[in-house]
Amino acid sequence: MKPIKHIQSRTVVLPTKDIDTDQIIAARFLTTVSREGLGKNVFYDLRHNKDGSEKSDFVLNKPDAKDCGILVGGNNFGCGSSREHAPWALLDCGFKAVISTEIADIFRNNALKNGLLAIVVDADTHKWLLENPGVQIDIDVEAATLTLPNGSILPFPIDGFAQHCLIEGVDQLGFLRNQHAQIEAFEEHRNWKP
Amino acid sequence: MNKPRTLFEKLWAEHIVVEETPDIPAVLYIDLHIVHEVTTPQAFSTLRDLGLDVRRPDLTLATLDHSTPTTPVASFKDLLIAGEGAANQVRQMEQNCADFGLDLLGFGSGKRGIVHVIGPELGATQPGKTIVCGDSHSSTHGAFGALAFGIGTTEVGHVLATQCLLQRKPKTLAVNVDGKLQPGVTAKDLILAIIGKIGVNGGTGHVIEYRGEAIEAMDMESRMTICNMSIEAGARAGMIAPDETTFDYLSGRDRAPQGADWDSAVARWRQLRTDDGAEFDKSVTVNASELEPMVTFGTNPGMVVGINELVPVSNDTSFQKALDYMQIESGRPMTDNAVDIVFVGSCTNGRITDIEETAKILAGRKVANGVRMLVVPGSELVKKQAEDRGLDKIIIAAGAEWREAGCSMCIGMNGDIAQPGQLSVSTSNRNFEGRQGVGARTVLASPATAAASAVAGYVADPRAYS
Repeated sequence: MKPIKHIQSRTVVLPTKDIDTDQIIAARFLTTVSREGLGKNVFYDLRHNKDGSEKSDFVLNKPDAKDCGILVGGNNFGCGSSREHAPWALLDCGFKAVISTEIADIFRNNALKNGLLAIVVDADTHKWLLENPGVQIDIDVEAATLTLPNGSILPFPIDGFAQHCLIEGVDQLGFLRNQHAQIEAFEEHRNWKP
Repeated sequence: MNKPRTLFEKLWAEHIVVEETPDIPAVLYIDLHIVHEVTTPQAFSTLRDLGLDVRRPDLTLATLDHSTPTTPVASFKDLLIAGEGAANQVRQMEQNCADFGLDLLGFGSGKRGIVHVIGPELGATQPGKTIVCGDSHSSTHGAFGALAFGIGTTEVGHVLATQCLLQRKPKTLAVNVDGKLQPGVTAKDLILAIIGKIGVNGGTGHVIEYRGEAIEAMDMESRMTICNMSIEAGARAGMIAPDETTFDYLSGRDRAPQGADWDSAVARWRQLRTDDGAEFDKSVTVNASELEPMVTFGTNPGMVVGINELVPVSNDTSFQKALDYMQIESGRPMTDNAVDIVFVGSCTNGRITDIEETAKILAGRKVANGVRMLVVPGSELVKKQAEDRGLDKIIIAAGAEWREAGCSMCIGMNGDIAQPGQLSVSTSNRNFEGRQGVGARTVLASPATAAASAVAGYVADPRAYS
């Protein structure tokens, strides 16, 4: 994974609560054996009419949304299925971060492992972001802060290890493989064997 | 004296390879890894790219379930997989298992089925184990007093290569279920009521332990239904302390310990209980005796009402958007809604007791005109058990379809879908927009409610059909 220290981009807003991973990428698009090329199907059923034509009034279809790399979602973003295709799809169509008041556990884990920032903000900041789509946000991963257009700097919580992996581009599988000796010792000394 | 510990804390401590610190998560050992065709291809590719082996093929259980068709066939040779993508995924899984030395429980093995159905029925799911799978309903296995949770594909790769995961310790949530379920009210109704009470994010960051009189009285299939839907409340895992019911279920199963190993395992399993005085981070209490059959009315599993209640009113935009999608009105009962399609199956309700419950209601009755009903066993073993008991004949005589094992309409990526606008009464776990097909409207319910609704042609109270 490439190191990620700074993200500067504009926001696009999907205010609906409980946006599940089925909405982010529907199951019919999971019949792939690759991580690539999922972006064209992100939010497919929200973005398209029944006849397959694009809904021109849907926020992600507006020309203005094209260069927005930060998705602000309603509360409890990413709930449901464990499909890692959800962050793969969001990254593939250009998103670098999602922001909400709450982000579901598995989605957050999957997102961070792929370099998609999953940021939880307080209710007031969230409300402001929902009401002001398209604003430029500056995310400093090293400092774990967001800078809003008015200059106010807000810290956001991030697991120290996830942050380290993002900044340094650490390969977590490599990290785990380096625990080889401890894993072997555990297997040998545990008092029952699975 | 040692500090009293919860069931979860005991299992967590026992699987720590390296303790967590503020800087680094714990390295957690995994005792059973279940793999299927949809969430593993990219993980196997990573292993291939790095020249790595699967560390413990003996602790890895492989099957095909998500993208496999359930169309009845005389022979699996006749199977027509829906779409080139799905067919390729199945071929890739067969190749990956062959290349990495995994024993694939594939077509015609007699043991293939939904990951969360076959683990328990083969006796691979056991108390005290850590169990993961690239599927969020892995929480199902917690019904045996295992710590079981869903993971993403990157983590599937971690477990394949190292048999370990990097994990932060979650918090604990006790769900105490007092009282007894009334006749005609099932585990599915209880878990829907629990999700309705705590919300679809009520368990986020937590592992749930279900406890109390109603839980202790349940058979294993019911406990699996409960733990299965923990993720629908946002929880990482759901657990139930093992007891005689658990041991009776496992005794004699293929992969359960045998002989002297069985006795020592049971002695160890008896210790897997939350100690008196142990503290949970949060707790909630539900009274089982107050519940009636439950059905969902919206587009997440927390939007749920009793079968005789009225759909609630709310000004919330997301709530109204859900009702618009569902074409359902506030202030009216769910029994007003005509049904187009009924699905009995899935890792939530595709076990033998679920098929029995369904057959009991269908016996001597007919599925209503214009309603399509699919009954899909959760595994090839469930299918055989049901056929040995003649349940397939009852189901077919009622006009329902008796199909091959698989995830089917729960995920709708295998050819089994509802058409746009159709109302589906489904025993699965998710009523998300489009989950069962583009524009499909899903009402989650128990097998009894689903069968009663198929007969009535409307969402129906199963107690009128027992």
